[in-house]
Amino acid sequence: MKQLLWWQKGMVGFVFGVLAFLYLPIVVLVVFSFNDSKVTSFPLAGFTWHWYQAVFANTQMLTALKNSLIVALCATGLTLTIGTLAALVLDRHEFPGKGLFRNAILLPLSLPGLVTGIAMLNFYKQIGIPQSLTAVVIGHATALLGVVVSQVMARLAKTDHRQLEASADLGAGPVETFFRITLPSIRPAILGAGLLSFTLSFDEIPVTYFLTGRDITLPIYIYSTLRRGITPEINAIGSMIVLVSLLLIILSVGLLRDRK
Amino acid sequence: MRRPASSILKTAGLFSLPLGWTLLLLIVPYLMMIAVSFWTRQFPLFVPDFQFGNYVQLFSDPQYTTVILRTLKIAAMVTAAALVLGYPLAYFLVFTLRSERLRNLVYMAVIVPLWVSYLLRAYTWKIILGTDGALNSALMSLGVIDAPLDLFLYNQAAMVITLTYIFVPFMVMPIYAVLENIPKGLIEASEDLGIGPLGTFRHVIAPLSLGGVVAGAMMTFCLSFGDFVAPVLVGGPDGIMVANLLQTQFGAALNWPLGSALATLVLIMVLVILGLTGWAERASARNLR
Repeated sequence: MKQLLWWQKGMVGFVFGVLAFLYLPIVVLVVFSFNDSKVTSFPLAGFTWHWYQAVFANTQMLTALKNSLIVALCATGLTLTIGTLAALVLDRHEFPGKGLFRNAILLPLSLPGLVTGIAMLNFYKQIGIPQSLTAVVIGHATALLGVVVSQVMARLAKTDHRQLEASADLGAGPVETFFRITLPSIRPAILGAGLLSFTLSFDEIPVTYFLTGRDITLPIYIYSTLRRGITPEINAIGSMIVLVSLLLIILSVGLLRDRK
Repeated sequence: MRRPASSILKTAGLFSLPLGWTLLLLIVPYLMMIAVSFWTRQFPLFVPDFQFGNYVQLFSDPQYTTVILRTLKIAAMVTAAALVLGYPLAYFLVFTLRSERLRNLVYMAVIVPLWVSYLLRAYTWKIILGTDGALNSALMSLGVIDAPLDLFLYNQAAMVITLTYIFVPFMVMPIYAVLENIPKGLIEASEDLGIGPLGTFRHVIAPLSLGGVVAGAMMTFCLSFGDFVAPVLVGGPDGIMVANLLQTQFGAALNWPLGSALATLVLIMVLVILGLTGWAERASARNLR
């Protein structure tokens, strides 16, 4: 490696600073989840599993966790199905209003979630969908379409269209061509988008806040608990979520890596 | 390519699902929200109407204008801070790190926090900055300060720190992408002409990376403008943002028409910014050619 100049050395320091800024808070969360004290302050009071035991004894929190998992699974399944079809339509066909269709699907990615949540709440109220976990699933599946469409379309753009023609020339119908040619080539994008959608849905607050009824998801439970004050139980469940997220990332990096 | 009519019909049937779903459950709700923003509230009901009273109220009542202006200010500060932290990071990744493996690893390290719960990342700042929090107590046990400082939590600075923390990766990603696409030959040419690194940066790298900066700034600004969580967790009484106003209109204040008007303003702002960004990106792409 060639010798770094003084300003490059400064930059290395700066970059380490930014990385520390990104990771220290997560470390703090994990450290305090094992700290034997009700307050999150230094010096540390000693090691305990107590807050983890408290999580597993907290039925409200566990119910919310179960709700979150169900919502995230259903929303991911729905959004993958509709989003993949949407990506295929956008990739293969020209039709009036195509630009509007694509932009509408991508809009929730850059629009603050609560605007989407409010729009859905207004509409659901008019057509009579009650505030419930079902409403949350529909809302998440719709808001996350953009994630699936952008990833799958990027993959489709790299697909060799001659393969599709060859498949048709060999007498395969569109359905067979889809399962034998298209699906294998976009599978990594679908898996990646699925993992990302699951994570985002599991963690979603703004849309959920407006659409949920009596049954709440874990983020809403944590959010409303935090408005009243801090309990170290949140550190414990938070650390577990961080651990699962990290496992999911490693999994998705493995899946998304281009096989050469 | 000729296909039997039945298969075309099947295809059309299959493809009408995403089109119909998007129209009914995404486009119509946005239009519905815009429609409700013109309604009137006759407590406890909302009556269909077409009047601009809600918008007039948002622009004339200081209670609302103050919050809108404050949110604009905070979103701008977050965007600037994220740019200051994110740009050098992206630059370092592309131009200083020679090893491809190391570069991918550090890039991943920047992106990974995006996968970790957004709520938890905002929440950690509450436990760090609080009066009994990690920062105050660490400083006290190190003997730097004698009594906890109140200056960390429940103010606008805390909100800017928390939001910057959340949105730095959104800034790094697009800037990294454009920097990576700058032909290395251009930089070598500039160096061969005897122009120092600063000059190369000013005349070659900075103009060519503008598109990424604009894209990152757009994302950061729009998302931090509508942020829901940070104001509640770390913002104080002077930290009420547009998101909190919206929450109130659909909660305690029960004024959906006014809330919808405010949400429509956010929607219009984001659409305008998206339009400008698209235009800037196309202009920047022309520069590269």
